[in-house]
This record gives sequence, C-alpha cells and structure tokens, in this order.
Amino acid sequence: MNRHDFIAAALAADDDARQQRLVRSVVQAARGVFGAQACSVLAHDPDTDELVFEAVSGAGEDHLVGSRFAAGRGIAGWVLLSGETMIVDDLSGSPVFDREIAESTRYVPRAIMAAPLLDGDRVLGVMEVLDRGEEHRESLRVLDWLGLFAAQATQALALVQHTRQARRALRGEQADLSEVVLVAEAFTALPLDRRAASRRLLRAVADSMAAGG
Amino acid sequence: MTVPHWSPFGTGPLTWRITDLSASALDVSSVWPGPPPPDGTASLGSGAGVRVCVVDSGVEPDHPWVGGLHAAYTVDADGGDGLRIVPDGLGDTCGHGTACAGIIRSVAPDCELTSVRVLGSSLSGTGEALLAGLRWAVEERFDVINMSLSTPKRDFALRLHDLADRAYFAGSLLVASAHNLRIESYPWRFSSVLSVGSHSLADPLHLVYNPEPPVEFFARGVDVPVAWSDGGTRRCTGNSFATPHVAGMCARILSSYPGLEPFQVKNMLYLTAANVRSVP
Repeated sequence: MNRHDFIAAALAADDDARQQRLVRSVVQAARGVFGAQACSVLAHDPDTDELVFEAVSGAGEDHLVGSRFAAGRGIAGWVLLSGETMIVDDLSGSPVFDREIAESTRYVPRAIMAAPLLDGDRVLGVMEVLDRGEEHRESLRVLDWLGLFAAQATQALALVQHTRQARRALRGEQADLSEVVLVAEAFTALPLDRRAASRRLLRAVADSMAAGG
Repeated sequence: MTVPHWSPFGTGPLTWRITDLSASALDVSSVWPGPPPPDGTASLGSGAGVRVCVVDSGVEPDHPWVGGLHAAYTVDADGGDGLRIVPDGLGDTCGHGTACAGIIRSVAPDCELTSVRVLGSSLSGTGEALLAGLRWAVEERFDVINMSLSTPKRDFALRLHDLADRAYFAGSLLVASAHNLRIESYPWRFSSVLSVGSHSLADPLHLVYNPEPPVEFFARGVDVPVAWSDGGTRRCTGNSFATPHVAGMCARILSSYPGLEPFQVKNMLYLTAANVRSVP
C-alpha cells in the first residue's frame, strides 16, 4: 500500500469485523463445496512464528478462532514451510500425525487437505480442509478447487492483515499517526456547514509542516 | 569485451568451438538409441547401480518401504560461515521425504538412495537451504535427483536455473515437481529439468507425455499409498508423489542403459509414454 492508501485503510478500520466475515465466508463456502467436517484459515504470525486460527467453519468454530500453535508443527506447518499443497488421507495409519495439535482442537481428522496462502512469493498462512466428502476423495479436480478457495482466502487474509497493520500504526503502541486519527475524528464530527474553515486550517497546518515548521 | 571463463564441475574449460572433427575425444559410444522397450519401463532394470538423491524433508531410514539409505545429510547453518552439508541423524522432520523415498524404492528397488534434508527443524525454509542442498547434490553428481519441492521466490530463480543447467550438463537428471497450484515456481519450470505432474490412474508405471509443456510428464499422483515417518503409512495426493515415480523410472532406465545423458533418458521416457504412438 502507498501512504495514502495506508492512511485511508487505517481511518476506515474502526472495526475489522467486516473483513473477518469475508475470511469466514470463504471457509464456509469451501466447507460446503467439499462436504467437509471443518475448514479453517490459519495466519502466520512472523513475530512469534506461530499459526493462528483466523477463521473456522464446522468443527471447532465456537472456540478455535484466535488460538495458536508453533508454525513448524503438523501438516499445516509443512505447508507453510514448503509453500506446497498437501492432501493426506488415512491419517490413522501414521503414528506421527501430530495428534497433540489435533486433539487440542477437539477434533481428530481422518483426512486433511492443506494449501498455502500465497501472496506473490510470500506465504501468509494455510487453508485446511478436514474430512472432505467421499465424492472428493480420489480426484485431481479437488486440487484445482482447493487452489481457487486458497486464492480467495489469500486476498481476504491480506485485507485483514493490511487493515490491522494500518490500525496498529494509528492506534496501537508506538502509533505514529494517532494525532491524525484525532483530527480526522474531530473533522468528521463537524456539521457540513462548518467544515470549510476547518479545511483551510488543516491545509495551513499541512503547508507549515511541509515547509519544515 | 572479456568472455567469462566458466568450468563445469571437475572438467576443463567450456569448449566454445571445435577445430578438429577427427579428434578421438569426439568418439561417443552409446548403449542407446535402439528400439524402445515394448512395454515401457516395466521390462527395464531394477535401478541397480544408480545413485538417487532425495532433496526434501529428510528420510526415515528404517521404514520398511524405504529399504535402507546409503547416507543422509542436511544443511547446517551453525558454523557461521555460510551453509554447509553435514551428516544428518534426524531422519524425517515431516514425512514428505520418506514418502518420496518409498515411492522411488517401490519403482526401482535396487537403486542407491541418499537423502539431503533442506526443510524442517532449524531450517527456516527461506530457500537458501534448498539451494545449498541442491547444489551439493549436483556437485556430487547423483544420477537422479528427486525434488518434490519448488519455490515461487523469483530471487532464487536465477540461481536455481544455473543449478538446473549444471545438473543437466553434468549428467544428473533433476526430476522436479510442478506446483500443485497453478502458479509459477522453480525449478520445475526450466527446460533442463524433467518436470512432473499427476494423473489419476493407479498404475505406478503409467507415464503420460504432455504435448503442451512446461509440465512434461504425468505420473501416478492420486491417492498414492506412501511411507511416512516412524513406520507409518498414509495415502497422499499431489505432484510431490508423482515425481518420485518418474525418478524411479529414470533409475530403471539408467540401470539398463548406464551412462545415458539426461536428454536421452527424457527421450526414452517420451518414447515409452502411454500416449506416444509411432505414425505408420
């Protein structure tokens, strides 16, 4: 984002519920199309190197959002690390399937599909689909569908992350632009017929700042 | 203008022109071409004498489907002076590499398998470890290098391209997975490698040539029974698991026709693909 876009996004970001609903709508659609028991989007937090449940549909949707686990673990961890899609069935046949993660989510799947959320050459996170319907069991087409949903989830997650980043810059700790928010809020609270004078005042302040004053 | 001097591994300077067409060094003895095997790669050798390297998450050496490893290495960054290749006792950090090794073993049971782990544990997955591991495999002149990995990072594309060309000219077949999503990634995208995607048939030796590359061949990649870490098994889908089928086929070809160049092996795969027919 350029600086204007950044400030615009930040000023509009009073509430990220709308963006979160967008991510959630993607996992709901994917779960429906795949006839799956659960579908989730996990975002990578590079500061802690953890994967965070950003949106969940189906099993775990009432308690998983916001929970975290170490990014290097499990199938999701592999997908994050390698940037490759993974479809694994018959998980019960493997003693190394990371049951600790699965049981912490209160759902132990028999099959999992996971795709990277690729934004250019960056992996923002992982989309997981647990226990898809039998009709999708042995088909290459499922990879294409998974890719399409992952592309949608990537755009939605990127929007959420941009918004949060912008909001942190405005309102969070070490917020550089917190005064800009105060000015914007005060300005938009004015009646329309009283804005012209304020606009001139703000322009004078901006000119003064641009001149180094 | 200065012409850069470039030497392939272990050989003299690159030959830019030929001045003596009668030179004995030009004599090439080849065990092939000849008629392609009538039943594809099924009647070819078992992979005996062929060195195959799996560049992946490591390999669990004791898994019965892997059938033993010749050696295992990983990329080490602890030395502080760049990445180096060191022996590895960690096995497989994920299961993905074990799956690939087991498939290669199932197709070419007598090949010699070596693992170099480039992902997992302390390796960050930034791509530098992948490059280091692949460079080592090329320098070691493995006959076949299985790479069921790729990176979309364009920063690595040029260096991967150089490595892929070095492998090709050094006689190493780099067998690389196409990404499962419809994106550009590397090194499968380069013409000097042998790129692989999936078909949905259950026959492990059924090979299809793609008349519309860049993906050149399709092999079994749906619901594939695979080895996993600690003796487990799974059923997996994706190009990652089609690729080792082709790596195994290459090992079979090379055990029957030792010394074939990468372009000859690729040609034999083409001639033995199920969808390629001679015009009468």
